[in-house]
Amino acid sequence: MDEPVTPIEPTSPEPSATEPLATPDTAATVTQVVDADDDGEVSDDPDAAAWADTSTEDDAPAEDTAPSVGAPPRIPSGWRVIAAKEFTDHLLSWRFTILVALLGMIGLFSISSVADEVRTAASSVSGAQGLFLALFAAHPQATASATVPSFIGFIGILGPVLGIVFGFDAVSSERAEGTLPRLVSQPIHRDDVINGKFVASLMTIFLIFVAVMVIIAGVGIIELGIVPSSDDFLRLVTWVIVATLYVGFWLAFAMLCSVVLRRAATAALLTFAVWLIFGLFWGLLGPLIYNAVAPIDPNATEAAQIAAANVQVEINRISPEQLFEELSSVVTDPRQTFLGIVSPEQANSQSDAAVLPLDQSLLIGYPQGVALVAETVACFALAYVVFMRQEVRA
Amino acid sequence: MAIPAGVAIHTRGLEKRYGDAVAVRSLDLDVRHGEVFGLLGPNGAGKTTSILMLLGLTEPTGGLVEVLGLDPKRDPLPVKRHVGYLPDNVGFYGSMTGRQNLRYTARLNGLSNAEAEPRIKRLLDRVGLAADAADDRVDTYSRGMKQRLGLADCLVKDPSVVILDEPTTSIDPIGVVEMLDLVRELAHDNGCAVLLSSHLLYQVQQVCDRIAIFVSGEVVAMGTVAEVARKQASGAMITLEVGADGPGVAVGATLRAVPGVVEVTVDEHDPRLWLVTCPPATRMALVKALVDAGQTPWHLDDRGMQLSEIYQTYFSGTRVPPSHRSRSAIAPTPVAANVPARVDKAQMSAARRRAIHRSERRNSGRPDRGNKRG
Repeated sequence: MDEPVTPIEPTSPEPSATEPLATPDTAATVTQVVDADDDGEVSDDPDAAAWADTSTEDDAPAEDTAPSVGAPPRIPSGWRVIAAKEFTDHLLSWRFTILVALLGMIGLFSISSVADEVRTAASSVSGAQGLFLALFAAHPQATASATVPSFIGFIGILGPVLGIVFGFDAVSSERAEGTLPRLVSQPIHRDDVINGKFVASLMTIFLIFVAVMVIIAGVGIIELGIVPSSDDFLRLVTWVIVATLYVGFWLAFAMLCSVVLRRAATAALLTFAVWLIFGLFWGLLGPLIYNAVAPIDPNATEAAQIAAANVQVEINRISPEQLFEELSSVVTDPRQTFLGIVSPEQANSQSDAAVLPLDQSLLIGYPQGVALVAETVACFALAYVVFMRQEVRA
Repeated sequence: MAIPAGVAIHTRGLEKRYGDAVAVRSLDLDVRHGEVFGLLGPNGAGKTTSILMLLGLTEPTGGLVEVLGLDPKRDPLPVKRHVGYLPDNVGFYGSMTGRQNLRYTARLNGLSNAEAEPRIKRLLDRVGLAADAADDRVDTYSRGMKQRLGLADCLVKDPSVVILDEPTTSIDPIGVVEMLDLVRELAHDNGCAVLLSSHLLYQVQQVCDRIAIFVSGEVVAMGTVAEVARKQASGAMITLEVGADGPGVAVGATLRAVPGVVEVTVDEHDPRLWLVTCPPATRMALVKALVDAGQTPWHLDDRGMQLSEIYQTYFSGTRVPPSHRSRSAIAPTPVAANVPARVDKAQMSAARRRAIHRSERRNSGRPDRGNKRG
């Protein structure tokens, strides 16, 4: 049972998960430091005068309170405090329990439905690369239930729920309960509130993924007797980060809704609507758009057809789910050597035996990763701007 | 600009507009350390907006603000570190206990556990949240308990400026007295500058050293309660509580016979007392008439002072400042003006009964409410 434990160590949740946040966070920290310095110097004068004034009337109490005013205040980086509190809240919340149970069940269900295939494959091609990964990525095809997606497919569909559940009431609940004015009147920057909440939710999501992956891997090892190679292991860790990024987009979007919309119910409704559009209807909407923008003309040259097809793929890639699936496919399948449209010659030139190391796989998925992060940052930045301009008052 | 020594909150020409609507117009405020300053006005008069500008939570559209010598917009963190703010309708995290909520605030203020724990304990005791209530989830708290917790919360950071927005709205009368005692102690004993907003006239005049009356975003009167009263209500009537020995009917008749007396009624809470409405100068004549009639006066007190008159005058719309006559957007409606008066009455009676009780116990002629200072 070494494997289930070790995944937690080498992964560094915060730096990777919070990468889109790096700039605002560091900026906030820097200004805080400056502020702290400022205060020590600037506020000294009037305060001293004030205390001198009061002490003529009343000696003892002035001594009582004076030190705290005169001493340079140690203003903490507020987002850390907020993130710590939110993280604790999440872990103790019903949402966390429900989501871990839900994902755990999905994981066990998908693993049991692919178990037979993996076992068959294992006996025929012993020692094949990436066999362990098939537990997560393989589609169960043997049975009639060919429509059952793989575990990764499930995450593609249900992952947004995680983000939405942890984000849809992030700010609006503070507003509704009247805690927001109290919170922002503490010595923190206003953006600390959403930064801290975003980080805490992302950490929680990461934790859920790690927990579920460990469960599945453990069951896989025990039931199937397949032990992951170090490459498999690194790929799974990478995939967890990819999945966290994907859910991070939905978290940022849900938080945007919670900032803009005053009522949590409205925000939940809107985020679920957008989720449905991308998750279920993008397959229908996408063709509508690209058939209008770039229809494939059967009479056109091959190059023109390929160009049109490429546009179609790009339009499909607006959907974060598409980006996530492409990323997942390169990360979890070392044989995946291309994404998008390729000519038959190119496809044929790919040898079946070609197995990519992880860094090469990442290189293929790099643009998708950047696009996913960009969409997340865009949502979060919008939430940030709106929140900074908003009135505090309920 | 030179700020007088001891001034904690300093504004000049402070203004906030939302589009065409003016929420706060040209506010000049100086709140000194060791004083309780009352912002008095109906709901929607701009009190909360002014407070938010002092905290740097809303950007002023014009004018100057300095809190502890700092611009709250440019240096929000030091300002917020030293300013305790109790928002109107304060809220807490329901799934946490009262104590945990205070701990969170303490951490946000960078206090170590060693510093925070004793302070939290002391504050919880001070605001009257017994130890067991402090460790209950805030979900189970009543509004009044939340308000008490709110006061403790804004004191956790050991502030030198305390801003209380409608601190007494949902507290029971006894709680109000306790809270006002605490507010007074903060200012007079701890040297805090306390800014208190309220629409409850009686409380404000009980506790505040100086007041400003806000109507539609504009300060229409500022100074000590007595100053404001003198300045604004010359010729207005006052209401006196009079208690005298003798048959009720006879006392009533004596009082009515005094020249200048407009109205004489029996107090609804204490039938032994008469409420006499008359010009301030009539007091002497009243006492003399009672003595002459052999009905020894044993109680004579100003009730509600003259401020309630001013308050009513302003809020009924007859004395709306000239700059507002043309505009009806935020002007207080008669309904809004009446509500505070009614609440006021309920709370007034409780505190007054207490005062009477105390005066009887002391067995002295002049009852002392114990909270009118200088």
